[in-house]
Amino acid sequence: MESVVDIVLLSFLCITVVAIVYIRKLFCAIMLLGIFSLLSASLFVTMDAVDVAFTEAAVGTGISSILLLSALALTHTREQRPPHQPYIALLVVVVTGAVLIYGTMDLPRFGDPNSPIHRHVAVRYIADSPHEVGPPNIVTSVLASYRGYDTLGETVVIFTAGIALVGLLGFRRRQEFKVRLYQPMDKKTSYAENSTEDGDEFEDNIKLPGANHMVLRIVGKMFIPLILLFALYVQFHGDYGPGGGFQAGVIFASGIILYALIFDVETAMRVITPKGLRLLAVAGVFIYGGVGLVCMFLGGNFLDYNVLSAHPLHGQHLGIFLIELGVGINVFAIMVIMFYTFANRKRGSV
Amino acid sequence: MSHLPILQVIIPLLAAPLCIVFNNRRIAWFVALCATWASFGVSLLIAQQVLQSGALSYDIGGWPAPWGIDYYVDSLNAFVLLIVTGISALALPYANRSVEQEIDPRSQPYFYSLLLVCLAGLLGISITGDAFNMYVFLELSSLSSYALIGMGPRRRALTAAYQYLVMGTIGATFILIGIGLLYSLTGSLNIQDISYQLHANNIIGSGNRTLLTAFAFITVGLSLKLALFPLHLWLPNAYTYAPSVITIFLASTATKVAIYMLLRFCYCVVGSESIFQLTLGQIVLLPSLAAIIVSSVVAIFQYDIKRMLAYSSIAQIGYITLGLSMSNHSGLSAAILHMFNHALMKGLLFMTMGAVSYSVGSVYLTDFRGLGRRMPFTMGAFIVGGLSLMGIPMTAGFVSKWMLVQAAIELGWWDVVILILIGSLLAVIYIWRVVETAYFNPLLELEEEEIGEAPLSLLIPMWLMVIANIYFGINSAIPVEFAQQAATLLLGGM
Repeated sequence: MESVVDIVLLSFLCITVVAIVYIRKLFCAIMLLGIFSLLSASLFVTMDAVDVAFTEAAVGTGISSILLLSALALTHTREQRPPHQPYIALLVVVVTGAVLIYGTMDLPRFGDPNSPIHRHVAVRYIADSPHEVGPPNIVTSVLASYRGYDTLGETVVIFTAGIALVGLLGFRRRQEFKVRLYQPMDKKTSYAENSTEDGDEFEDNIKLPGANHMVLRIVGKMFIPLILLFALYVQFHGDYGPGGGFQAGVIFASGIILYALIFDVETAMRVITPKGLRLLAVAGVFIYGGVGLVCMFLGGNFLDYNVLSAHPLHGQHLGIFLIELGVGINVFAIMVIMFYTFANRKRGSV
Repeated sequence: MSHLPILQVIIPLLAAPLCIVFNNRRIAWFVALCATWASFGVSLLIAQQVLQSGALSYDIGGWPAPWGIDYYVDSLNAFVLLIVTGISALALPYANRSVEQEIDPRSQPYFYSLLLVCLAGLLGISITGDAFNMYVFLELSSLSSYALIGMGPRRRALTAAYQYLVMGTIGATFILIGIGLLYSLTGSLNIQDISYQLHANNIIGSGNRTLLTAFAFITVGLSLKLALFPLHLWLPNAYTYAPSVITIFLASTATKVAIYMLLRFCYCVVGSESIFQLTLGQIVLLPSLAAIIVSSVVAIFQYDIKRMLAYSSIAQIGYITLGLSMSNHSGLSAAILHMFNHALMKGLLFMTMGAVSYSVGSVYLTDFRGLGRRMPFTMGAFIVGGLSLMGIPMTAGFVSKWMLVQAAIELGWWDVVILILIGSLLAVIYIWRVVETAYFNPLLELEEEEIGEAPLSLLIPMWLMVIANIYFGINSAIPVEFAQQAATLLLGGM
């Protein structure tokens, strides 16, 4: 039965990929990418990797679709035809695929209990993590404690993505900057002309949808509090089930972004200000790194939560709680910053 | 100080968010300066300890190695850490004025923050003993370098960054696939443990196809990252259009760190006795030679001097991978030493480019007319860097090239020796074009506008690099010692 599900999901996946490659309407491509993520999330569920599935669903289907759509609002909605036929690229892709298939020939069988991935480090994670680390969800133990440093790295990756975007796009574009420098400001007409040359004919696209849709507004009003509440549940329930800071941050951010989309970006920005978000993003990384530093000052190694409390298990519990909070805050802030940066490209700066 | 290895990375990593707290470019610069100097200090202490008492290791989170992540420093990566932090410690004082001119003031705090993330990423790759952790920090350094290149003053910087982003992401994905396959074969992510498991379960000897594929992916991915000859297409644009400081920083560190990763995977994971190095040597040899000759010839025809130096970088990377392909002690030592020396000379040359672009506003060949008189210190530094690049005795470049020639003679590869010498002659030609224009082409009558010497904050780091280039050309005992120890270590397994 499971293989039937797998085959169906995988063939849908293939069809979606081919469609994404072929389609020239970028709006459709983004929707298909969302479907692609949802299908992969379902595949992860059939592989019993619910944590991964949850993340894929929240990030791939949810937030990245929104971010791609807000990026789309700034450009054309149709992909241009490439000037040449990409046969070499096709060749590279086919060769890579062939090598990958060749590489799977000596791979241990999927789910084989005797394969190395089940017999080496995993044994200790499964047997000892309940009394070494604590949380019933072993994935959380591995992510937050055994390999907590990787998670710090990933948190900084998210942070970097956010500040990279602000650094590149957050301020008025170079052309306008030059106009400011070299033209006296009283020539307002020429200033306006100059900026239209730069692609302002897409002005209409920037208006976010939903401004006049009564149904969206009412449903949004009902759902946004629930979304925020669910995010908090995911944040604090990560020890027991699938969830944790990453997913919670993304879900919380989508609640805010949903509000901005349906109602008004300006109002959202007045409540959750860009400056506050910047500080929140920094705070998220500092909470995570700070826990590590405190562990060092208390005599342990970096991120060794055992020393945080008299009882090692309590220390682990406290450490994991705090770093998940740091991740959640950081991810939330960066996601909203990214959205603001796209939505605000023409209006001001973050 | 048992916490040294982790401090090496978390100082720049946690200083990065600090840069954007105040939204003030001076504070951001100062934070970045302190962080890079502190991490340079830490890397000096680490190098000293490694030379005295052997490898250091540090269990992060208190979890022992295959279960948790450990940092592992031996003479090879201690040397890489020194290169990376040393260059950034000189680049940051230089950055103040140069960045002030090239980048929108409101973007500058973000610029310094990204620079520190990039530094932390490169250091994290070099210091870690865990393959997946290496990938996480590779992501950090790549993501930040794409953004940093895109912040370049010219509009084409964005296209260059995008090109690098596509190629770099393919490279990183290939590396991840390789690491994933290794994990499925061994159940471990720790580099030493992967090596142990591969040997203990006799996976290496049995000609396992998955292992072969894993290495194919890792090698191709890293070749993209280190810009090995046919996969170098992203590099010239990226180096040409990036802000001056970023070109200095990336040209001297990023490719070196990728070469370090290649060395680590090929020698420490599969061990020295296996067939992999021989095959790898054969595969890498031809691209390396092609890089040396073709890129040097292409460099001769460039009019944008930054782009010329970028092509020269590809050629120099060719020398490094050539030493690597020899797979013997002297070849490896030469390669590792050339990593250091290339960082010195390319760092210096790109610093002079930054100064010229600061004063003149452009680095086209025609803009160099009369600069010999107008910017004597900058052009003097350019000549020293050029000599080092050619491999003239008494400069750092000579020592490693000489070792490389010796290694080739040792193997009886006379044709390779000749190609190395041709490469040096080509370097003479392209450096000479600039020197000739700067010193022997008179200024046109019309161009009497004042172009003065670059400010001191640019000249001092530049001349420190000049001194380093000459000092390590005359007294190369310390880097040679490091390179030879590292080569011994690689050939003896971990």
